Amino acid sequence: MNPTFTLDGRAIPFLPGQTILQAATAAGVFIPHLCYHPEFKPHGSCKLCTVKVNGRHTASCTMQAAPGMSVESETEEINGERRALTQMLFVEGNHYCPSCEKSGDCQLQATAYHLGMMSPHYDHFFPNRPVDASHPEVLLDFNRCILCSLCVRASRDVDGKNVFALSGRGIDTHLIVNAASGKLADTDFTLADKAAQVCPVGVILKKRKGFAVPIGERTYDKAPIASVAVAGEK
Amino acid sequence: MSEKKKLRVATTSLAGCFGCHMSFLDIDERLFTLLEHVDFDRSPLTDIKTVTPGTDIGIIEGGLCNAENVHVLREFRANCKVLIALGACAINGGLPAQRNSLSLPAIFDEVYHSGFGLTNSLIPNDPELPLVLDQVHPIHEVVKVDYFVPGCPPSGDAIWKVLTDLLAGKEPTLQHGLMHYD
Amino acid sequence: MTASPSLQSVNTLVADVVRRHAADPTRMVQILREVQESLDWLSPEAIDALETQLKVPRTKIEGVAGFYSFLYTEPRGRYRILFSDNITDRMLGNEALYERLCKSLWVEPGRMSEDGLVSVGRTSCTGLCDQGPAMLVNNLAIGRLSEARVDQIAELVRAGVPLAEWPAELFAVEDNIRRADILLGSDMQPGQALLAARALAPDEGLQASNMRSWREGLPTGLGGPPAILDEIKHANLRGRGGAGFTTGLKWEACRNAPLQPGQTRIIVCNADEGEPGTFKDRVLLTRQPDLVFEGMTVAAYAVGATRGFLYLRGEYRYLLDPLNAVLARRRAENLLGENILGIPGANFDIEIHLGAGAYVCGEESALIESLEGKRGTPRNRPPFPVTNGYLDQPTIVNNVETFAAAALIALKGGAWYAAIGTKHSAGTKLLSVAGDCARPGIYEYPFGVSVRQVLEDCGAGDVQAVQVSGPSGVCIAPAEFDRVIGFEDIPTAGAFTVFDNSRDMFEVARNYVHFFQHESCGFCTPCRVGTSLLKNLMDKLHRGAGSPYDFAEIEKLNLLLQSMSHCGLGHTACNPVLDTIARFRPAYERRLMQKQFTPAFDLDQALALARQMTGRDDALAHLSTHHGDHA
Repeated sequence: MNPTFTLDGRAIPFLPGQTILQAATAAGVFIPHLCYHPEFKPHGSCKLCTVKVNGRHTASCTMQAAPGMSVESETEEINGERRALTQMLFVEGNHYCPSCEKSGDCQLQATAYHLGMMSPHYDHFFPNRPVDASHPEVLLDFNRCILCSLCVRASRDVDGKNVFALSGRGIDTHLIVNAASGKLADTDFTLADKAAQVCPVGVILKKRKGFAVPIGERTYDKAPIASVAVAGEK
Repeated sequence: MSEKKKLRVATTSLAGCFGCHMSFLDIDERLFTLLEHVDFDRSPLTDIKTVTPGTDIGIIEGGLCNAENVHVLREFRANCKVLIALGACAINGGLPAQRNSLSLPAIFDEVYHSGFGLTNSLIPNDPELPLVLDQVHPIHEVVKVDYFVPGCPPSGDAIWKVLTDLLAGKEPTLQHGLMHYD
Repeated sequence: MTASPSLQSVNTLVADVVRRHAADPTRMVQILREVQESLDWLSPEAIDALETQLKVPRTKIEGVAGFYSFLYTEPRGRYRILFSDNITDRMLGNEALYERLCKSLWVEPGRMSEDGLVSVGRTSCTGLCDQGPAMLVNNLAIGRLSEARVDQIAELVRAGVPLAEWPAELFAVEDNIRRADILLGSDMQPGQALLAARALAPDEGLQASNMRSWREGLPTGLGGPPAILDEIKHANLRGRGGAGFTTGLKWEACRNAPLQPGQTRIIVCNADEGEPGTFKDRVLLTRQPDLVFEGMTVAAYAVGATRGFLYLRGEYRYLLDPLNAVLARRRAENLLGENILGIPGANFDIEIHLGAGAYVCGEESALIESLEGKRGTPRNRPPFPVTNGYLDQPTIVNNVETFAAAALIALKGGAWYAAIGTKHSAGTKLLSVAGDCARPGIYEYPFGVSVRQVLEDCGAGDVQAVQVSGPSGVCIAPAEFDRVIGFEDIPTAGAFTVFDNSRDMFEVARNYVHFFQHESCGFCTPCRVGTSLLKNLMDKLHRGAGSPYDFAEIEKLNLLLQSMSHCGLGHTACNPVLDTIARFRPAYERRLMQKQFTPAFDLDQALALARQMTGRDDALAHLSTHHGDHA
């Protein structure tokens, strides 16, 4: 019999080494997250998966489960904090869902729906982030980047290419590509790369494939992210 | 409920496309039910030009791209007890705000000087024309906004849900399927 | 302006630096810093050369270069001047001097002059608060700025005088020791503490212990008797960097951490003294470097480490050569190197890494990342550095002052040390006193000294507030001046900044909020975006556009930063605001000039460009800024 911890009063079994997020997902319980991806080492930067463990806030994607832990997740307080973080991500970049090909398949948007985010609340930063359309197959729209580092990790750890990295600091942190010109066309990036598949938002997009699936019939139009994520990441 | 005093509702479109108003009409026959509870004040539906002081609900479509938008928004805020931002443009500037990464001189140059087919053209300076803000802003950055209905446009069902929640004295929420940013 | 160096000379120069560092990418920060010292900036050609010679992806180089304030991927001129912008510099009038220099040199603030000669900008506190206003010229510190000094500097820049030929008195940094106790007053001779530590175990015991260690995979090298560890524990020594973790427990955890083949234990001295208002490590490293290095060696002895680092903040670049000279002397005296003091297998050496303008690297795991040549992003913890630190090896990170104290404990014993100070706070504490007082400088007191006593000693009158331990510490008001410095009451990393009644505590908090926003590493959402939002709100209040709505927003953001941030920077970024709201609320209420919500930006100003382009200035071409007062 596996050890358990409690999540919002429910006993969740876990295997040694599993994080709270992994164990919860395996048990069919959704904890919102953006920078976590089941195929990669947890990163812990977006903080959407924050829970309270024995009364203390911590990121559930990096915290290993331990027997008897008391974890709170679906509380008004924590969801309010997660909603505020989501609003921060929206105002930090330029997120215009109506003109984004990723709309309906976007984890940021779907997470905002899940959290009942009716508005971005804060004043917008409206940063100036030019797009990179140099690559023949792929468009990079940095306006939507949430700095989750999934493409960085995928390119480095799976593709062995280091096409992406973060540069800058603080609010000026931004995605860069591995070329003296700074252009994706001058890298060895291809559409077959793992890094081309992992963007949770609409930064890395396949060209000439707009609106193949109509708005309203996309992933998170059909089912909320809570059920999609639990089914896919179990 | 018919015994109760009807609520006075005003609506307008600022830097928007009137799509949210069209969607409002998509509540279809429920308009009749709505009219049992509300009277329309200033609105494209009535052609009344000013907001009556003490109006209960003001509904704003569109963001702020010029001085006139600001004047209208302030008139609504000053005269409405509750202000609702309707649709993507009112909420985050929407598509018009995609000009925010361009400088105004670059935009004016493209539109009035260097654009296709333009010769010897001038930037219009008639005081009748609303003067343009350097950036497009969502309305909550200029006045306090009480409620938001996301969507481009929000569906008629979403608008109906928020209005009926409000009429019932509840905090409006949109469940999966009604909540959309696109 | 000399012509930019040829491609060939760039390649040669980069090759020299890379060779000095054995083409080791874990030394990236040092490599980039040294390349820049020669080339004035990290040009695309220099990055090309580094990419080829280090055999690392360009993204790695640019990612690191983009993180640190003192590394430039845009040209910044032959003279790169940065004004220290701590609140104490502000109080001493740095803003007028900044403008004076910019005007005098015809440069726009923050921009390089058109001839490529000079740039003038601002930087976070440079640790010269007791002799400000201060600046850095090509990372070398100049204090006691005055109009005369600024004019002199402008003249030297205009004449293109090489920095090495500038008058030495410009670069003189005072120690200003006002009260010395066991640390600053120590006359320990180099090696004495190590001899005392060695004497704690009989020779044959030491040998046997070393053999056993080796057999059992316990600490090897200096790793010998646990006796010295016991002394540190008996001393009740706690970390001096602010958190106050028990040093003996940290050392023991490192000592007990398993080693993988090829690994060693690591001793790191954290001299990244970036907390605004703190400068005591600068003075300790100037006056008692042997005490610090000996303490590190004692730690190596206690846990069996063979490698040590001093991570020195980039602002203290001028200390690098003198400190390296001390290390060289200690090697010559067999106090570092192989078989230290003739103890077989006692191998330990220390090298100095310089930071490059990133406060967050004072956080121990971010510091380790930086030591490994990466962006200074705090790690996820656990695991902790004591088990998985530098290059995944068991690592002790302690403050400069902690190591100095450890040396004294080795020399004089734990019981002697524990008798000094208070029950819960053994020993002494160095305070960096600055701000509104007659005698700013370093004061070393036994723990338990009251705030009132310190204020009296430093000649502070008419005091409104004291910021203890810098912006991430606490701000206290006169009613609390009988509180004492110590872990049981007011713990501190050392800053003690005094504000008299002429100061606006809102502006103090706003300066600190700007600091945290500038220094946020950008890794986690709440701190990256939250510190910017907080800065914008404080600036909004400053401009007179604040309403009670904004005040409520500030309070909500504070809570969010505290609960959701990744590391201490985000957790404490709201401290100066929370403290000043609690104690100096009128300073905020004075700022809430609007009853109703008012935009953060100036609406009329937002029409200025269009007015200019249309030539309009009619009534409809203007907007009143504040809600409610429109026509």
